[in-house]
Amino acid sequence: MKLSLTKVVNGCRLGKIKNLGKTGDHTMDIPGCLLYTKTGSAPHLTHHTLHNIHGVPAMAQLTLSSLAEHHEVLTEYKEGVGKFIGMPESLLYCSLHDPVSPCPAGYVTNKSVSVWSVAGRVEMTVSKFMAIQKALQPDWFQCLSDGEVSCKEATSIKRVRKSVDRSLLFLDNCLRLQEESEVLQKSVIIGVIEGGDVMEERLRLISGVSRPDEVLECIERGVDLFESFFPYQVTERGCALTFSFDYQPNPEETLLQQNGTQEEIKCMDQIKKIETTGCNQEITSFEINLKEKKYQEDFNPLVRGCSCYCCKNHTRAYIHHLLVTNELLAGVLLMMHNFEHYFGFFHYIREALKSDKLAQLKELIHRQAS
Amino acid sequence: MAGAATQASLESAPRIMRLVAECSRSRARAGELWLPHGTVATPVFMPVGTQATMKGITTEQLDALGCRICLGNTYHLGLRPGPELIQKANGLHGFMNWPHNLLTDSGGFQMVSLVSLSEVTEEGVRFRSPYDGNETLLSPEKSVQIQNALGSDIIMQLDDVVSSTVTGPRVEEAMYRSIRWLDRCIAAHQRPDKQNLFAIIQGGLDADLRATCLEEMTKRDVPGFAIGGLSGVCVALGCDMFDCVFPTRTARFGSALVPTGNLQLRKKVFEKDFGPIDPECTCPTCQKHSRAFLHALLHSDNTAALHHLTVHNIAYQLQLMSAVRTSIVEKRFPDFVRDFMGAMYGDPTLCPTWATDALASVGITLG
Repeated sequence: MKLSLTKVVNGCRLGKIKNLGKTGDHTMDIPGCLLYTKTGSAPHLTHHTLHNIHGVPAMAQLTLSSLAEHHEVLTEYKEGVGKFIGMPESLLYCSLHDPVSPCPAGYVTNKSVSVWSVAGRVEMTVSKFMAIQKALQPDWFQCLSDGEVSCKEATSIKRVRKSVDRSLLFLDNCLRLQEESEVLQKSVIIGVIEGGDVMEERLRLISGVSRPDEVLECIERGVDLFESFFPYQVTERGCALTFSFDYQPNPEETLLQQNGTQEEIKCMDQIKKIETTGCNQEITSFEINLKEKKYQEDFNPLVRGCSCYCCKNHTRAYIHHLLVTNELLAGVLLMMHNFEHYFGFFHYIREALKSDKLAQLKELIHRQAS
Repeated sequence: MAGAATQASLESAPRIMRLVAECSRSRARAGELWLPHGTVATPVFMPVGTQATMKGITTEQLDALGCRICLGNTYHLGLRPGPELIQKANGLHGFMNWPHNLLTDSGGFQMVSLVSLSEVTEEGVRFRSPYDGNETLLSPEKSVQIQNALGSDIIMQLDDVVSSTVTGPRVEEAMYRSIRWLDRCIAAHQRPDKQNLFAIIQGGLDADLRATCLEEMTKRDVPGFAIGGLSGVCVALGCDMFDCVFPTRTARFGSALVPTGNLQLRKKVFEKDFGPIDPECTCPTCQKHSRAFLHALLHSDNTAALHHLTVHNIAYQLQLMSAVRTSIVEKRFPDFVRDFMGAMYGDPTLCPTWATDALASVGITLG
């Protein structure tokens, strides 16, 4: 794997990751994001509907928390998780945790880290962890680490030091086991750095950051790769991403968009709290809430000019109906739109960096952030 | 279920059915329905998309499976989002973006089966909405009015529905009332050129009542007839169209349809089963996924699991009907039935008596 930077502007890195995958001929653009999955499948989507989406990232994120309980099955299957989930062509990154579901603190010891699956807690020592990775055979996997310091507010220096020590020890042990296994050597271990030195040539992936404004902030601090769970969270609360990222629209579009944005901002007097499974999140100003009565007779697409399957085939009124009647198709269509919109955003980030227009994009996004 | 009027049975009604082949032994027939949104090969299975959606699959997926007609429920759609909105959205076709055919029921059946506070009089069916508590009357005129707004290619008369377990004078009352309601529906129908109104033969399990009803209804100018409450073997008995929620509903409980019945994929026995649901099935689910993966996905909270099964189950039903049709065209329908029942039940003696009897009545013996 080779990181090839085209440009570095004010700390923002633009480039490609080359020679990826088992065959070494895949490439990924950075800054970029990974396709968020749950139990190896994009949420709500089958192969058909996933492939309706334009701009799906070359690499998908799997979570160990959703796959650890299938260790035995995958070991017997032998051919790796990519083939098992029906994504043999995709690059795969296996993270420890699911960024959407917070895991309770206090379950990391010197010998093990726990992940939380639907079935409950799965405790993993280094050897169990590496055995699972051997069965999964992902292209990359996040090393076993103590990541609890990042979720706590008041963290003592002692706790931070403990976290770094533990993580380094886990990393050493994982690397040692990798040396002993031909299968494991085909995967790249992604080390998690807690407050250490970041070397220029290393790829930087951040976990837990997915909101558009936060993404831009991290890019300015030199981050390369992000998770795409934000569009999923938006979907789960019955919302559609509508934020604009076209920093250079034609004048007519600007006028229409401005009018649209103003209207949305006017209606966003209160931020509503929506309770959904695992997503106790507030609606952001990057999205519209399709459950609102005003969309009942709105025969416009979710976003004018959007080329996604949902916007090309359906209306806000229809999505509203599906949500009100609790129909499964609501999640499918919203996920398709939200993913496409989000991947489009990343495309525009790269374009902005290419043409030195990141400041305009940043200004546009911040105008829309609440 | 319905049978469409053909030249043999009716002189004056619009002929939407073209017969392609008939089984010489039973009354099974293969044909083509010529409907406003395209041709439909029969016998045909119609998936039920109750609330303007086929559960979790897109209209593109449904089209790709070869579906050319599906069903919408007037009762549900009449309440949410309501006929006025659907009319503004260019009818149900426009609202859900379905380019092929749609059939809607009258709304009567579900009202009686879903709503406990419903009352049938000569006027119509009076009921209380479960959503806002308002009292509404669904009359033959109202039912047709809603269906006219929905714009479906086939619409159903409002009939006086009686459970097949009911006996006595109520059955006869319902039968005669259904005839009167048919006349009211015909009179109220505003779009006979765009929408085909079907009559519904009543009479419970009484052969004489059924015959009377049929005689009367065939005198009316309708392009097709429906029969409620039966299933499966009815192709042998001469039916052309079947609707059922079974494949989509059963998918939502993790059940996959196969020739031998169904697989409860959530069960542990499928945990390490790396083959597809059905090796003979050509659906996208069977082409790409194993029972083991679907088992794992069904135990997660990712709804994709259900969609994979819905796709397969609908594909299975459509493929089955297509195979039935081919067997009729190729003049080997009786053998097809025997093979099918054999795969499903194994021993002929395990086949349900009603099915064996019904098939025997049209000259098909099992075992």
